[in-house]
This record gives sequence, C-alpha cells and structure tokens, in this order.
Amino acid sequence: MAAKTKSKPTAEYADAPINASLTDEDKIELLRKMVRIRRFEQTSLKHYQGDKIGGFLHLYIGQESVAVGSISLLGDHDHVITAYRDHGHALAVGMGMNECMAELFGKATGCSKGKGGSMHYFAPDKNYWGGHGIVGGQTPLGAGLAFGVKYKGLKGSCLCYLGDGAINQGAFHESLNLASLWDLPVIYIIENNGYSMGTSQARSSAYPEGGLAQRAEGYNMAWDKIEGVSIYEIRAGVQKALERAHEESRPTLIEIMTYRHKGHSVADANAEKYRTKEEIQKYMQEHDPIDFWKRTLIDEGVITEDDYKKMNKEAGDEANAAAEFAEKSPFPDESAIFDDIYWEVDNNTEAGRTGRHFFHK
Amino acid sequence: MPREITYREALREGLDEELAHDENVIIIGEEVAEYNGAYKVTEGLWKKWGDKRLIDAPISEAGFIGMGIGASMLGIRPVMELMFYSFAYVAFDQMMNNAATCRYMSGGLTHCPIVVRGPANGGTNVGATHSHTPENIFANMPGLKVVSPSDAYDVKGLIKSAIRDNDPVYFMESTVLYGMTGEVPSNDELEDGELIIPLGKAKVKREGSDISLIAHGRAVVTSLLAAEILAEKYDINAEVLDLRSIRPLDEAAIMETVRKTHRAIYIEENKPFCGVGAQISSMIMEQAFDDLDAPVLRITSADAPAFYSPPIEKLQLPTAEEIVERALTIC
Ligand SMILES: Cc1ncc(C[n+]2csc(CCOP(=O)(O)OP(=O)(O)O)c2C)c(N)n1
Ligand SMILES: [Mg+2]
Repeated sequence: MAAKTKSKPTAEYADAPINASLTDEDKIELLRKMVRIRRFEQTSLKHYQGDKIGGFLHLYIGQESVAVGSISLLGDHDHVITAYRDHGHALAVGMGMNECMAELFGKATGCSKGKGGSMHYFAPDKNYWGGHGIVGGQTPLGAGLAFGVKYKGLKGSCLCYLGDGAINQGAFHESLNLASLWDLPVIYIIENNGYSMGTSQARSSAYPEGGLAQRAEGYNMAWDKIEGVSIYEIRAGVQKALERAHEESRPTLIEIMTYRHKGHSVADANAEKYRTKEEIQKYMQEHDPIDFWKRTLIDEGVITEDDYKKMNKEAGDEANAAAEFAEKSPFPDESAIFDDIYWEVDNNTEAGRTGRHFFHK
Repeated sequence: MPREITYREALREGLDEELAHDENVIIIGEEVAEYNGAYKVTEGLWKKWGDKRLIDAPISEAGFIGMGIGASMLGIRPVMELMFYSFAYVAFDQMMNNAATCRYMSGGLTHCPIVVRGPANGGTNVGATHSHTPENIFANMPGLKVVSPSDAYDVKGLIKSAIRDNDPVYFMESTVLYGMTGEVPSNDELEDGELIIPLGKAKVKREGSDISLIAHGRAVVTSLLAAEILAEKYDINAEVLDLRSIRPLDEAAIMETVRKTHRAIYIEENKPFCGVGAQISSMIMEQAFDDLDAPVLRITSADAPAFYSPPIEKLQLPTAEEIVERALTIC
C-alpha cells in the first residue's frame, strides 16, 4: 500500500478520553477489523468475477474506518442498521466471514440462508438489523430500534447508517422529525462518499454551508461533521452522540466524509466516467483509512510494518478459507422457498394452520 | 433483410421520437441523463436533448413522480423512469392516489398524462426488495393503465402510444428482455411513417389450435418456448396470445382464442394471489364457459418473496417445462 497518506491525526482527537483509553491491543484490533473487511471484499470481488456470486455487489472498500470506528464504541443495548453496502458493518459487529461469504454464494450456510444476498445481511444476535436494499428504507427502522430501546427503559441507542444520496428520501425526513419530536436515542450517520451512483453530491442535494448534517437544525437536532479517514476522529465524534443518546435520549445527525474506491457496484460501468481517475487515485493514495491508521500505529510505536504484513496475510487467508467454506456449502433446498415467510406457519401454530396461506398451484 | 434491434434500442427510439414529436415530453429519473441510464435505455438522449428535456433526479421517488403528476396538469408530459419498478412502492401514494384519482375527484376537470416506466421483473438474483412485479397491483386501480411489452417491436410502438395517452400509463419492462433482439421496421419502411401500437390490443404471437397460452411480459417468451416443445414433442399446436396491455385489456382477443382452442393457461411472472391471470380466468369462465373443454389453469411465480440464491430463484419463476407439464394435464 502506498505510504503517501497526507491526512494527519490531530492531537485533539487522539487525546479525547475515549481514544486515550485505548490499549495497544485495542488499536491493533481496530486495524485488524478494517483489514479483514478489505480482504473479505477483495476476495468476494474475485469470486463475483468468477461467477460464483450473483446479483449486485456493492463494495465498501475505502470506507472501512466509518463502520469500524463507530461500531467499536457500542455496548449491549446499542443497535446497528444500514443500507445495502453492508459487508463492512456486518464484519465490524462481529459476524463471521464464513456466513457472510456463504450468503454471497447463495448457500444455505449464509447468514440469511442464501435468501437475502449481498444487500440483505442480518444478525439480530449481534444487534445488527440489516442490510436494506431500498435507499432510505432503513431510516425509519433506525428510529424504531431506538424507540424500542427507550420503551424498554434501557440505556442504549441505534446507529443508523445511510448514504449521501439517501438523505433525499422523504422517509428519512419523516424519521428525523419523529426522532427529535419523540426524543429517540438514534444516531444517523451519513456516510458521505461524494456520490450516489453516478450523481455527485452537488447534483443531488441542496444543503446549507455546514454540510448535509446541518439539515438537522430544521428539526432542532444536534449535528456534526467528521473527517472519516481517521478512526480517532470518528470515535471522538460518534462518542459525543452516543453520550447524548444514552444520557439525554436525544438524536444526532452526523456526516462522515469518506470515499469509495470502487464503482457504485461491481456492475458500475461508468465508475471512472463521473469521477476522474486522478480523483480516485488521490483518495486511494492519500486518504486511505487503512493506510492512515497503519501509519498512525507505526508512528505511535504500536506496530511495525512486518506486523501489518502478517495481519494482512492472515486476513487474506481467512477470506480465502471463507470462500472455500462457501464453495463447499450446499445450496438451499427447494423447500426453503416457502419457509421464513410467516412466523405462525414456520412455528406450526394454531394461527399458522388456520386458513390457506400460500397460493402457488 | 428486416432490421433487428434490441428491446432496449427500440424503447430508446420510441422515447427519442416522442421527444422530437412533442416539446412537452420530458424524461425524469435517477441516472437517466449524464449516466446514460442505469440500464442504458436512455443512452445518448441527454447528449442529444440536453438538460431541459432529460433530468437527473435525486433519490426521491415520491418527490419526482409527484412533481411529474403536478406538471402534467399544466400539459407537460413527463416520462419518469424507475430504476427498478420495485421502487414504485416509495412513490405509492403519488402513483396510486394522486395520479389515479385527481381526474375523478375533480369531476373530469383535470387529467394526468404521465408515463412511469422501468423494469418490473424477478430472476436476476437481486433479492426480494428489487424483484417486485406490481402489474396486478396497479391494474387494480381504475384510472391507471398498465402496459407490459414482451418484445422489441411492441415496446417501441407501445411506449409511443403511452406517451401520447392522456391518462397515467405505468409501463413495465424487464431487465432480462433489454438485450433481446427483434424485428423493428425503420420508419421509412412504414406506411404511416411511424410505429404506433394502440393500448388495449393483444397480439397472437403464435397461431395454434389445441390450447391457448395467454401471457404478458417475459412470460410470453417463455410461453413461445413451451409452444415449440409442445409441437415438437407432443404434437400439440399451442396458440400464444400476448396481452401487451393489461389495462385496457383486449377482452375480445382472449375470448376469440379460447373459442378456437377450448383450453387456456394464463402464464405470468406475477404472484398468484389476485394476479392478472386470476382476472383473466374469471372472465373466461363467465363469458366462454361453454367453450371450455378443461378448467383454465394459471402459472405464476412462486408465492414467496424472491429468493437471492441464483439456482433457487430460478425455480421460483415459470419455465417452459412447467408450462408443458401443466398443458399436458389438460390436453
Ligand atoms: C428507493 C430506491 N431508489 C433507487 C435505488 C437504486 N440505488 C441503489 S444505491 C443508489 C445510490 C445511493 O447512493 P448513496 O445513498 O450515496 O449510497 P452509496 O451507494 O454511496 O453508499 C441508488 C440510486 C434503490 N436501491 N432504492
Ligand atoms: Mg454515496
């Protein structure tokens, strides 16, 4: 990886209490998480191109710090929900590469039994509520998860991620109003990678000088804008919002500046048309979050270049093993088509046995 | 040699000709202009017609479709692209409530000449959220028109009629059909100088005498395949009727084919419950009961959300083999 990272961590963020308390192991773990996400996705790309994976594949490469940094702050009652670019968040909450890769391969051992695919990962046992394919569709659910946490009297929150394009959906605006009106502990994180498919932010959104998150002012909601290349900055910023959610049960809208290295999806034929090669190169070489964090840890004397190489190799091996697991796993059985539609039918309850539920043939 | 072009190209030609025909025609949608269309249907049109006629919209389906409905009240003719017809559900209130009922509620003082078009199909492993087939849902609403072309010739002629129509027309295509080629005459080969197919006219795509396979959209292609197998292997001569337009519906053509063959199957990629085939089979029963030698059958997609896993999703959609198998039970 090019050692040209220009972005510099400011002492302000490294010294924030939430970062000052990080042990060397914690910092290494943050790097490992990002590297694992990247190797997982690079491996998935290879198998997509080898026709092992169907449908869409939206890669998170370049944005890893956002999911890893913010999710590293969460406790037992904090929940996560996101859009279709969901592999990074999934691995960050602790889902395994095996079930994630098998899902891409459409196998019965996948996290959603091969039913959801790349865009629809789920792991409720890890407080991870999807993986949603409809742009903006997850944003009211994010408010709902926060409502549920509050209703149960728990000190928790929901981190709801969305893209810079998703902020223009009506459902999102309705969610912001509800969140503020009803004091919901939800944190909306706009991952601003500059583009919604081939449309730049400037061509899709009207917003005030402070950026996309400043729209929160219209809803009397706190907001923040964060430079996403630095794990320190993300953690310091999101922690403030988490405290607001936990202590005051108030929502926050955060914009995190980031960049996707690849096309919108692997099928994006215009990936190098609506943005210049120079722009992509610049972000890859100078603002890569993994390269940035690696440099930070080397500068701090936490790791050596060799440690990084070893970590990188281990992650690559893990991803390859996951692909092998996926490859060897069976496809779902045809009978699975009619499972998981109605809870009552799946559980063979009285309600599930009463009346006809399916109408095929 | 008759000219062969793809479904996508034929659709684009239709759009292009209507942009030329009426200065009030505009195209609005996500990535339709500078990106040339997510599925390249509108490729080159922005370059040719510019920012005023081709408008890239933010991801705000309810907003830009509702805006198109409003603009249509002043005589603008917006053709709005849904990147996937599944996203219509984000704009459901605008499409179902506003577009369909303004005319009625104003006692005929307004009308709504819009087209909302895009691919409405499963079978491409993009998961349940992106694989909806809402033709029956929209056709259920009086005031709306629903069109589902199955080949290049029809898609060109029908999009032109849809744009000239003074009512809301929901035009449902298929990503699987975009690349399929078919014969489409160029305008100078045509007597009228252009290809216009009226809404509400079905077309016999294959003549036959033993059984009627009635279908819309991609299911027509599947039915034609099945008809070949029935002829080759079983000496059964199937007629294939393509509805082309679901509402308005060519009732006469349906009854005519049933009276000819005395057997019918409706094939669609829609779901079974209150699907298009449910409407058709009930009409056949009411109007041609005495002509039937067997019950009308329906073949649909599996009654389940779309399964991502490629080999399993394949099993959810109607196949030629399934049509043959069911046809043999009534022939
Ligand atoms: C309602 C809806 N409209 C359109 C799409 C098609 N689509 C998928 S992703 C996308 C762009 C979203 O961009 P952004 O919100 O910035 O997220 P990013 O892809 O950059 O992560 C579009 C238009 C969709 N999935 N859902
Ligand atoms: Mg974006």
